[in-house]
Amino acid sequence: MSQTAPPVLSVRPTRALVDERLLVMVENLPPGSPVTLHSVHQSEDKDYWQAFGHYISDHEGSVSVAEDLSFGGTYQGKEPMGLLWSMRPVPGSRTGLRLRKMNVCSPMLVNISVYGGHVTEGFRELRPLASVLTERWYMAPGVKRTSVEERGIRGTLFIPPGPGPFPGLLDMWGGGGGLLEYRSALLASHGYMSLALEYFKPGELQTAELQLNYFETAFSVVREHPQVMPDRVGIFGLSLGSIVALRLAAESAVAKPSCCICISGSHFYPRDAIIGGVHGIAKGGFRKVRVDENNHQIWRDIGLPISSDPSKKLDVRRINCPVLLVNGLDDQNHATVEAAEDMAQMMHTAGKAHLVSRLAYPDTGHLIEPPYSPHFRATNFMVGSKKEKVTLLWGGQTKPHSDAQEDSWKKILSFLWQQLYSPRSPRARM
Amino acid sequence: MDRRRCCVRLSVQPSRGLVDEKFSVLVQNAPPGAQLTIQALHRCEGGHNWEAFAHYVTDASGTVNASEDPSLGGTYCGVEPMGLLWSLRPVPGSKPGLRLRKMNVQTPMEVTISVYQGHQTQGFVDQLASQLVERWYMAPGVRRIPITEQSLSATLFLPPGPGPFPGVLDLWGSGGQLVEYRAALLASHGFASLALDYLTSKITMETGKMVDNQYFETAYGVLQTHPQVLRSRIAMLGLSFGSSVTLKMAVYSQVMKLRCVVCISGSHVQPVEGSVQEMSAFIQKNFVKGRVNEENHMILRDVVLPVPSDPSYKVDVGRLRCPVLMVVGEDDQNWPSSESAQDMKAMMERAGNSHLLTILSYPNTGHLIEPPYMPHLRASFFKTAFSPEKVMALWGGETVSHSRAQEDAWRKTLAFLRENLHGNTNPEATLCPRL
Repeated sequence: MSQTAPPVLSVRPTRALVDERLLVMVENLPPGSPVTLHSVHQSEDKDYWQAFGHYISDHEGSVSVAEDLSFGGTYQGKEPMGLLWSMRPVPGSRTGLRLRKMNVCSPMLVNISVYGGHVTEGFRELRPLASVLTERWYMAPGVKRTSVEERGIRGTLFIPPGPGPFPGLLDMWGGGGGLLEYRSALLASHGYMSLALEYFKPGELQTAELQLNYFETAFSVVREHPQVMPDRVGIFGLSLGSIVALRLAAESAVAKPSCCICISGSHFYPRDAIIGGVHGIAKGGFRKVRVDENNHQIWRDIGLPISSDPSKKLDVRRINCPVLLVNGLDDQNHATVEAAEDMAQMMHTAGKAHLVSRLAYPDTGHLIEPPYSPHFRATNFMVGSKKEKVTLLWGGQTKPHSDAQEDSWKKILSFLWQQLYSPRSPRARM
Repeated sequence: MDRRRCCVRLSVQPSRGLVDEKFSVLVQNAPPGAQLTIQALHRCEGGHNWEAFAHYVTDASGTVNASEDPSLGGTYCGVEPMGLLWSLRPVPGSKPGLRLRKMNVQTPMEVTISVYQGHQTQGFVDQLASQLVERWYMAPGVRRIPITEQSLSATLFLPPGPGPFPGVLDLWGSGGQLVEYRAALLASHGFASLALDYLTSKITMETGKMVDNQYFETAYGVLQTHPQVLRSRIAMLGLSFGSSVTLKMAVYSQVMKLRCVVCISGSHVQPVEGSVQEMSAFIQKNFVKGRVNEENHMILRDVVLPVPSDPSYKVDVGRLRCPVLMVVGEDDQNWPSSESAQDMKAMMERAGNSHLLTILSYPNTGHLIEPPYMPHLRASFFKTAFSPEKVMALWGGETVSHSRAQEDAWRKTLAFLRENLHGNTNPEATLCPRL
């Protein structure tokens, strides 16, 4: 007897960079049949993350995630990349998780399956109709990864393939600390030599004795690299990393970036404060920490109201390079939108409004990361010298936040291209 | 190096692709109207360097897009998105008669694509940018399972997922060896594929005896009884000598119930009741009748021409009960595939089953019709599995036409397999029942 052939599931490309789109198609289904498309990934911490969408095959028995509507699941509507960005920990997981790839030399493996009917739970116990594996990479082939431990700084340098010279980037993450390589690996895959800088270990922010010259040295390490164009070096920061970026751009006589990208940052901390002092100052503001109904800490009021006294904040009027400020309007961790507004005003008074570009996204939180990575409204975080574990509210709603990640990344790459690869207008000399 | 000049950006997407996926090669940020050379370089498993290159001129924005812009010269001309791969040839000074084949399918083919200043043809200098590209025969999740049971020398490739999957028995030609790459690629497209070595299998190498016809039925059995393979949806695909075996088994085997067959550069001309031993002897006998051309390349296509009318020398294709796809190159200098296909058509028309036959016939295309984008060879060193003599065999074909044929044939082969193996109509239902 002839058995019916199962449906055919195809995912293209089978191996891609994390910011590349995916085409998921199912064929050979009975026409008009309900199916569930499901994705699952086991993180490096061994937690399982999943997403799923409910579809109905057309008259030819096909489903195309890029073209068809999801009628329910972890995402709805026409969402070509929904199986990635709407991922969340499977029921029963630990709480407050965050999905981050620490080892960038191996890909993120995502298993995509199609199940009969509209399923909402118990995927592990069910047998899928078909299943494929796709690889999502932070590093393109040929990108070189080298540890940097020179002149007192610690980090990882990612070098694009080819002879160069390349534009350079100093890449800094936020108050969680540690060494996070994935954004630098991805930037190198786009042609930028990028140094992921570690400037304190997790939980050690308060005791970290970091002076501006640590960051100036890091910037110099990039600028002086034989394969980097010395007048095409920018700074990329998120959260605390943005604050550092703005400080360097405004105050350093040594580090003169060609451009800055500041995601979810601010200028709240006065000049001359050491970075560790940031948290010291913040601590004073800790009485302003609120909690929401889930006991998640909201830190956004620290630093508010913004002083009109320029000596109480970073003097951004001294910045001489283009700056891209990227913020989420639902940022519950830091008052970044208010800060961006104030910064723009300050630069306007100095006749430098043309240097500032702002991207502000509705219903978007603090952690604006490269596209298609899951959104986290609140995650666990280690605070203070006692390494106290709290859950911080970052904000944002999944769909708008994911749209913001996709849109901002595209604009960030375009900004970097314009400033570092292909600048057209002459820049002010200092 | 002048670190202050603006830098050229080269991007190739996808940077990790399957060997049959197209890629885009984009050069940006060069000066407008500038002459550039794009080069592809690959070091094969044999340690030889293969190279392709093309000359372009950037547009007003300093961009070259190899998918849209014409090459003005090099190893290919005109708008050829994949020219950097299919026009690869051994670098000048290489040993003659080389053939590019990936024997280890678990690692990718690595190709370095580079941009150079000006229109260069050799000794490339002034490199502006470079990217590394991976080309894979195996998609992630495809499982590779060596099969040695029942004296078989084979490798099974299973697609990812629970299955069950349609199956394909994959045979290469008289060169022998266990050649895995096409089976690996078929598995990446959802077919459980068994690559079978039937000329240089372990048992043959140890005993000196060639396998009998049952060997193929045993291999078919491996597929048929595998829990993740659909028993009634198994096809057979052969190239060259492998096609001959495929046709024989499709018609005469009592055990194999093939849903469809694909024969590339093959023929139904062979001693009909013969085993592999007898078929090899037939080929070997004809080998010595081959002639050489002025370049000392051996042409074998004439030796079995004209197509015999003696039925004991032709598989009785009038008895075929499943769809058959014949892929032939009209410039095949190794085997008269075109003439055989025409004779098969005539036989099937007389028998009333010609509706099962589809012939894909490609002009200026040679014998070795392989998965797309691999370099075309008009001739290469060849040794059959049953003779120690190495000759420079003429395969035929002209590079551009042959490369287009490979692309088209592969696409149609996959579509043919999908339609017959995935489709829910049973072709047997449309035939008159056998008496």
